[in-house]
Amino acid sequence: MSRVMTGAKMVVEALRDQGVDTVFGYPGGAVLPIYDELFQQNDITHVLVRHEQGAVHMAEGYARSTGKPGVVLVTSGPGATNAVTGLTDALLDSIPLVVISGQVPTFLIGTDGFQEADTVGITRPCTKHNWLVRDTAQLSQTIHKGFHVATSGRPGPVLIDIPKDVQFAEAEYVGPKQIEPATYQPVRKGDINIITQLVELMEKAERPIIYTGGGVINSGTGASQLLRELVDGTGFPVTSTLMGLGAYPASGRNWLGMLGMHGLYEANLAMHGCDLMINMGARFDDRITGRVADFSPGSIKAHVDIDPSSINKVIHVDLPIVGDVGHVLEDMLKVWKSRGRKVNSAALGKWWEKIEGWRSKNCLAYRGSDTIIKPQHALERLEALTKGRDRYITTEVGQHQMWAAQYLHFDQPNRWMTSGGLGTMGYGLPASIGVQMAHPDALVINVAGDASWLMNMQEMGTAVQFRLPVKQFILNNERLGMVRQWQQLLHGERYSQSWSDSLPDFVKLAEAFGCAGAVVRDPADLDAAIQQMLDYDGPFILDVLVEKHENCFPMIPSGKPHNEMLLGEADTDGAIQSGGAVLV
Amino acid sequence: MNALNIQKGATSHSAYDLRDPHSQVEESHTLAVLVENEPGVLARVIGLFAGRGYNIDSLTVAEVDHTGHRSRITVVTRGTPAVIEQIKAQLGRIVPVHEVHDLTVEGPSVERELGLFKVSGKGDKRVEALRIAEIFRANVVDSTLESFVFEMTGTPAKLDAFAELMQPLGLIDLARTGVAALARGV
Repeated sequence: MSRVMTGAKMVVEALRDQGVDTVFGYPGGAVLPIYDELFQQNDITHVLVRHEQGAVHMAEGYARSTGKPGVVLVTSGPGATNAVTGLTDALLDSIPLVVISGQVPTFLIGTDGFQEADTVGITRPCTKHNWLVRDTAQLSQTIHKGFHVATSGRPGPVLIDIPKDVQFAEAEYVGPKQIEPATYQPVRKGDINIITQLVELMEKAERPIIYTGGGVINSGTGASQLLRELVDGTGFPVTSTLMGLGAYPASGRNWLGMLGMHGLYEANLAMHGCDLMINMGARFDDRITGRVADFSPGSIKAHVDIDPSSINKVIHVDLPIVGDVGHVLEDMLKVWKSRGRKVNSAALGKWWEKIEGWRSKNCLAYRGSDTIIKPQHALERLEALTKGRDRYITTEVGQHQMWAAQYLHFDQPNRWMTSGGLGTMGYGLPASIGVQMAHPDALVINVAGDASWLMNMQEMGTAVQFRLPVKQFILNNERLGMVRQWQQLLHGERYSQSWSDSLPDFVKLAEAFGCAGAVVRDPADLDAAIQQMLDYDGPFILDVLVEKHENCFPMIPSGKPHNEMLLGEADTDGAIQSGGAVLV
Repeated sequence: MNALNIQKGATSHSAYDLRDPHSQVEESHTLAVLVENEPGVLARVIGLFAGRGYNIDSLTVAEVDHTGHRSRITVVTRGTPAVIEQIKAQLGRIVPVHEVHDLTVEGPSVERELGLFKVSGKGDKRVEALRIAEIFRANVVDSTLESFVFEMTGTPAKLDAFAELMQPLGLIDLARTGVAALARGV
């Protein structure tokens, strides 16, 4: 059966064949034919955003919370350039996205036509791959290829740029099963010999630690299950990067908490003192390693990663295993079980004693207050009042993000959406909308700071239009808190441009958008305010006025190793030298 | 604990297991990159080097298999062993890159480059330029009463040497193709 159709119809047909139910986008001249096709069908819901950056972050939230690729549709020129931040964010955090952009007609390309931009040129370094489709006959298979590339191997964003004349022209539609097998086929199975060597090391290890990252989440829920089996079977302590929270449950008995710059003392000290480090789908990011030369000096390091370029990029490892975390975990468990489920129990017991010693420092302790809401307290109350609910959390970027990672607990993967690698302020609000689209009945909360939240606040309109009851939990310190913290610690307390002047009245803002809001400033009213937010049937902005000068601890200052953490204000005097200021 | 006595930095994707990964000595490597001949593929490769701060000493590219849509990019790059490994891994993950070969470590290879040298001079200098060109087996591909254009194929070092000798004899322009390289044998 020959299926000749226009390029625009092909786009919708291909999306449908790829199982897409939701597209986040914004129309414009160069995508009008595709919008015309969207108008004439009911299978795919289009979420009209207020700014293209919002569309990409929504698609990220959708993808991160479902494991399916997020889909974005934008017009040429400014539509595409506005998508760049989101694309870069998705690239650094390995989020599968398919972004379709309109382009001026092929005969206008290169003439500086209206709303023309070299979209494939601009997005080449911030996508996993991209295509400019010049021929309608190539369009459907390029879209199918795009989905394959975005979701295989290390996931990432792809962009398909479609000139307007290609959308109008007709050609034969090719379904996903009819296209030739893709040449891009990353390795999934790890080298069984190295896996066996790793198991041998695990049997003897005296001070092992498992360090997990976003790769476990990207590998699918099966990988999280296997991780739990391995951790609970061996009794090894497990820590995670920001991106990997939820892969091992925070309520699990072997959980050390997050590691890294604002990670937990016990997690970082265990990383520093271990003799066997097993990195599962993390990438030794500079937020994790601190000073590379002093990173976990006495350990044998194994690294499981599906991207060969992640291995030996920052930290030289002894056992490199290129493969999908889920597959490798399966093989590890198989080998470990077949060899008799051995571990060095006596040494492990001592290791745990040492870890408990570090844990007794209670590094997340903070000075409470009866008169002003401490941001940590606000998050502890949010955690307590939402416990037991299937809860999805997104965040913006800054102090509130780190506090959320420290004080909220995740027992399932895909429940925590945050901008890790790129650190994109303005991510959380649109991401919460994307999550809510994918999970209409779930509780979705964006933990935000006042400054970050303003960066994409226009998307409240999208939430209201689509009746998405996203909860905006703004820890309002009228500051760019993390910037202020660094200026206090590293720049002689010169607070250059790090306060939020002329903030809007968030309650009136909520009303203006057609949703509801409340403000809370007294700790005694906090629980009631959170409950009001949770109970409200619709999008809600809760403006939590918190302590303005609270610093986020514990903290490894830039350029310092793990064992030189600052636990609180008392540690900061003279702890940070000017050399650290050149690092970020 | 190092019970298995694993070589530091041993990597399965490296042919260079015994190199010291912490060496800070820069090495020159010739990489052959086989790519899908699609628009923008060269920009991807060059963009990778520029974006991540790697060196390109020489770069050549041409289609080598028309029906299979394959092009071959030959890059001569410099870096510490760790950087060279990273360059190869980064090249390998570009979607239209099919194969990455490090000709410097994968066994013997031949490297050739073509150069065109314009030498202007009169009298003795002109005679001397022609004499040296003969020694180097360079061909004269253009001649006027006051200039020659020599064509020479050889290793980059041979072209360097020839250019150096021609400098005092009136070398006024020089064009080089960059290195093309193939592994020896089959």
